Amino acid sequence: MVENRPLMTVLTHAMLFLAIIIVLFPIYIAFVASTHEASDVLMTVQGWFGNNLVENYTLILQSGKATTGGIPVGTMMWNSLIMALGIVFGKISISIISAYAIVYFRFRFRMFFFWIIFMTLMLPIEVRILPTYHVVASLGLLNSYTGLTLPLIASATATFLFRQFFLTVPDELTEAARVDGAGPIRFFFDILLPLSRTNIAALCVILFIYGWNQYMWPILITTDKSMTTIVMGIQAMLYVPDAINEWNLTMATAILAMLPPVVVILVLQRQFVKGLIETEK
Amino acid sequence: MEKRVVFKNRWLPYLLVTPQIVITLVFFIWPAGQALKQSVFIEDPFGLSSEFVWFDNFIELFSDPLYIGSLKTTFIFSASTSFLALSTGLLFAVMADRVIKGAAFYKSALLWPYAVAPAVAGVLWLFMLSPANGILALTLKSLGYDWNHVLKGGQAMVLVVIAASWKQIAYNFLFFLAGLQMIPKSLIEAAAIDGARPAKRFWTIIFPLLSPTTFFLLVVNVVYSFFETFGIIHAVTQGGPYKATDILVYKVYRDGFIGLDLGGSAAQSVVLMAIVVTLTVIQFRYLERKVQY
Amino acid sequence: MANVTLKDVYKSFGKNEVIHGINCEIKSGEFVAILGPSGCGKSTALRMIAGLEVITKGEISIDGKVVNELEPADRDIAMVFQNYALYPHMTVFKNMAYGLKIRRMPKDEIKKRVHNAAKILELTEFLDRKPRQLSGGQRQRVAMGRCIVREPKVFLFDEPLSNLDAKLRVQMRLYLRNLHESLGITSVYVTHDQMEAMTLGDRLIILEDGHVQQIGSPLEVYERPATRFVAGFIGSPAMNFFDAQLSNNGSAVELAGSDTLALSNAGLPDFGGQEVILGIRPEHFELTDEGAGKMHTTVDHVETLGADTLVHGHIGGNGAFVTIRLPDTHHFKKGTALPLAVPAEKLHLFDKDSGNRIEN
Repeated sequence: MVENRPLMTVLTHAMLFLAIIIVLFPIYIAFVASTHEASDVLMTVQGWFGNNLVENYTLILQSGKATTGGIPVGTMMWNSLIMALGIVFGKISISIISAYAIVYFRFRFRMFFFWIIFMTLMLPIEVRILPTYHVVASLGLLNSYTGLTLPLIASATATFLFRQFFLTVPDELTEAARVDGAGPIRFFFDILLPLSRTNIAALCVILFIYGWNQYMWPILITTDKSMTTIVMGIQAMLYVPDAINEWNLTMATAILAMLPPVVVILVLQRQFVKGLIETEK
Repeated sequence: MEKRVVFKNRWLPYLLVTPQIVITLVFFIWPAGQALKQSVFIEDPFGLSSEFVWFDNFIELFSDPLYIGSLKTTFIFSASTSFLALSTGLLFAVMADRVIKGAAFYKSALLWPYAVAPAVAGVLWLFMLSPANGILALTLKSLGYDWNHVLKGGQAMVLVVIAASWKQIAYNFLFFLAGLQMIPKSLIEAAAIDGARPAKRFWTIIFPLLSPTTFFLLVVNVVYSFFETFGIIHAVTQGGPYKATDILVYKVYRDGFIGLDLGGSAAQSVVLMAIVVTLTVIQFRYLERKVQY
Repeated sequence: MANVTLKDVYKSFGKNEVIHGINCEIKSGEFVAILGPSGCGKSTALRMIAGLEVITKGEISIDGKVVNELEPADRDIAMVFQNYALYPHMTVFKNMAYGLKIRRMPKDEIKKRVHNAAKILELTEFLDRKPRQLSGGQRQRVAMGRCIVREPKVFLFDEPLSNLDAKLRVQMRLYLRNLHESLGITSVYVTHDQMEAMTLGDRLIILEDGHVQQIGSPLEVYERPATRFVAGFIGSPAMNFFDAQLSNNGSAVELAGSDTLALSNAGLPDFGGQEVILGIRPEHFELTDEGAGKMHTTVDHVETLGADTLVHGHIGGNGAFVTIRLPDTHHFKKGTALPLAVPAEKLHLFDKDSGNRIEN
C-alpha cells in the first residue's frame, strides 16, 4: 500500500485477526470438546478445556469408540500412514522416471504416452468409481494396502511438475556430463535427482496430505474394519442409532485425523507453498 | 518445449514410462472405457445379460426429476462454495499482502484448513451446528433463529457450503497472495501518482492483473466443489434432508454403489467426465493465452 | 597430445545444410581459434569435433583415428562450455573429479590430479565450495580444471570468456595463453571476438555462414585476407571499402569519382579495366604534404582517444565514407581537407562478385 494510513493498518490487522478466528475457531472448538466427558458436551457448549484430555485420547487410540465398532484409532492412523506414505513414494517414483523418459529421450510413441498420462488429469476417481472398483476387486486387491494406494498413484500432476522442471535444466549440464562419460542412468542419479530435491520435498508435502485425506476410495474398497483409515473412520463414528452420541470422542478423532497433515504443513511450510504454486503453473 | 540434448537409448525410455502407463491404463483408462460402455447398456437384475440401448440411459437420466434436481443442487452448491471461498480467500490475501509485520505468522495460521480432509471439515462444522449442542446452533437459537439442518434442507445446504468453502479458503488465499506479490509495486505507485485511491486501484489495476490467477482458481474451485466435496456430503448429510444436498458426485455413488444401478450410474459418470474434460480443456486453453481481462 | 583432422566435413539439420565443407589439419599441440560472427556455424563445428553433434558427411579424426561414430566420452576430449556447465550441487572438488570417478580412476590418483589442477589454476582454497559461491572468473577456472584433470588429447573451448566482464576477459586471455604454453595440449577455441582469436590462436579458421573463408596465422589473415569478409572482420576499426576500377593497363586503381592510386609492382595487367573493391585499413593512411597527397579527404568528425585519433570523413566528390586512424592527438575542424597517402603494398583488392582477393 502506498499511502501511510495508520487506520488502514489497524483495520488490516483486525481483518486478518478475524480471518484467523474464522479459520481456527472450528479446530479450537473441536479440541476443547475432545477434552471433556461425553455428558459435558451433549447438551451444553464448552468454551474451555476439560480434564479428560489424556483419558479420551488414550481411550480412542487404544480401543476406539465402542458404540460404533470399537476399532482403535491408533490402528486407523497406522493404516492412514501406510496409505499416505505409499502414495507419496509410489507417485513420486513413477512420475519422475516417466518425466525423465519423456523429456530426455526420443522414442516412438513418446507423444502418445504423454497424452495418455495427460488424460489422467481429466479422470478423477469420482468419475470412474464403479469400474475402478471392479478392476480392483477382480485383481483381488480389496481390503489391502496395495488396493488403497496403487490406483491413486498414476495421475499426472507430479509428472508434469517434473517435466516442467527438467525442461529448465540447462542442456549444457547434460552435455558436460556426456563429455565426462556419464550415461543416461548415471546422469539421472548423479545430477538430475539431486537437482530435483526441492521439487521432491514439495511434492512429499502435498502428496502426503492428499494421501492421508483420501476419503471416497478407502470407503469403497475396505469392508474389513481393521483396514479403516482415520479419515473414513470419522464418518462411521457419527451414526449411533441408540447410544449416546459421544461427541467428545468423535472430536478427539477429528483432531487426530487433522494432526499429521497440519504438522507436515507447518514444519515444511516453505516447501509446501512452493510446491503448490509450482504444480499448478 | 523440447530439449536439444537427448539420450539415444533404445529400450530405456520404454522401461521408464512403463510403470505409469500400466497403472494409468489399468486403473484409469480401462475403467473410464468401461463406464462409457456401461452407460449405453442396460443390465438385467441378475447381471446375466446386457442390452445395447444407445442413449436411453442418458435420456432417462435427463428426464428423471431427481437427476435434474441433483443438477440444480450441484449448481447452487458449487456456485455458492466457489464464490464464498474465492472472495474470502481474495480478501484475506489482500489483507496479508498489505501487512509487513507478522505476514509470516498470518500466512502460517491461515494455511491449516488445507491439511484438513473435507470429510473432517464437514464433521467439525457439523459439530458446531449440531442442533442440540453445537456452539453456533445454540448461539443462533439464542438470537431467535431456529437452527435444525437435519430437518431443513436450506440450512443443510448452508452447512455444507460453509464447511466446503472453509476448507478451500486456504488454497485460494495462497494463490491469490502469490499472484498479488507478482504485481510490480511500480505499477501501483504509478497509479497512486495518477490519482487513484486504494479502492479504485484495486478494481482497475490489481484485479484485472490478477485475472489469470482468478480464472485458474475459479476452475479449480469448481472442480473441487464438484468432486472433492463427496466426503462432506457423505459424512454430514448423506444428500439429505430429502435430497436437499444431493450433489452429482454423491448421487453417482449412491445409485451405483448402494443402488446397484450400473447403467444409470455409468451414465452419470459419463456426464461428470464430460464436465471435467470441458473444465480442464478450458483451463488449458485459457492458460495458453493469459488474457488480461 | 594429438592432431585433429577435419576432412570435407558437412553438417545438415534436416534439409538445411549449415556447414559446407571444412577441411583443416590441426597439428599436435597447436592452438586453433575458430572465429566468425553469430550463426556462422563455429559452435556446430566444435560440437562435431566433440561428438555432441552428428557429422552429416566427411570425417573427423583425432590422433589419426576416425572418431565419427564415437561418443564424446570415448574421444578423449575435454570441453569448456560457454556457461561453464558446472554441476550446481557438487563442490568444486567433486565437479573436477566427476569425469575421473566415472572412469573408475583410483581415489588417490583422482585426488592427486585434482589438487594439481587446483594449484595451477589457483583454486586450492575453493575446493570445498559450491559453484554458486564462486565468482564468474572462478567458475571459469573450475570449468578449465575439469578439463585439465582429464589430461585429454584435445581441449575444446566454446566461447568461454563471453560471459565475463571486459577487464576480466583481458586477464583470462593472458591466463589461457600461459596455460597453453605450459600444458601444450592441442586446443580448438571458438569465439566471435577477433581480439581473443588473434591473441590466443596459432592459427585461425574464419567461418562465415558455414563456409571456411580463410585458414591462417593471425598475421596472415591480417596482412593478406583471402576474402572481403575476412578483410572486414579482422581489424578494428574495420577496413574501409571503396568501389573502384582498375585502370586499363592494370597499374593503378581509380576510386569512383575520386583519386587514382598506383598499385605496387607490375600492377594487375590481366585485370585491366575491371571493377573491383578496394580495401584500405584505417591505420595505413599517412598524413602527407599538401599538394603531394594521393587521396583527398574531407573531415566530418574526429574522435580523440588519447593514444590515437579516429578521423571520420568522406572521399572527394562522391562522398564514400572513410575512417582513418592517426597516431597521437589531432584536432581537425569539420570540413578540413586532408591530403592522405597510402603505401601501395597496403592496398587490398577484391573481386566485386565473389569477394575473393585479387593477388598482386
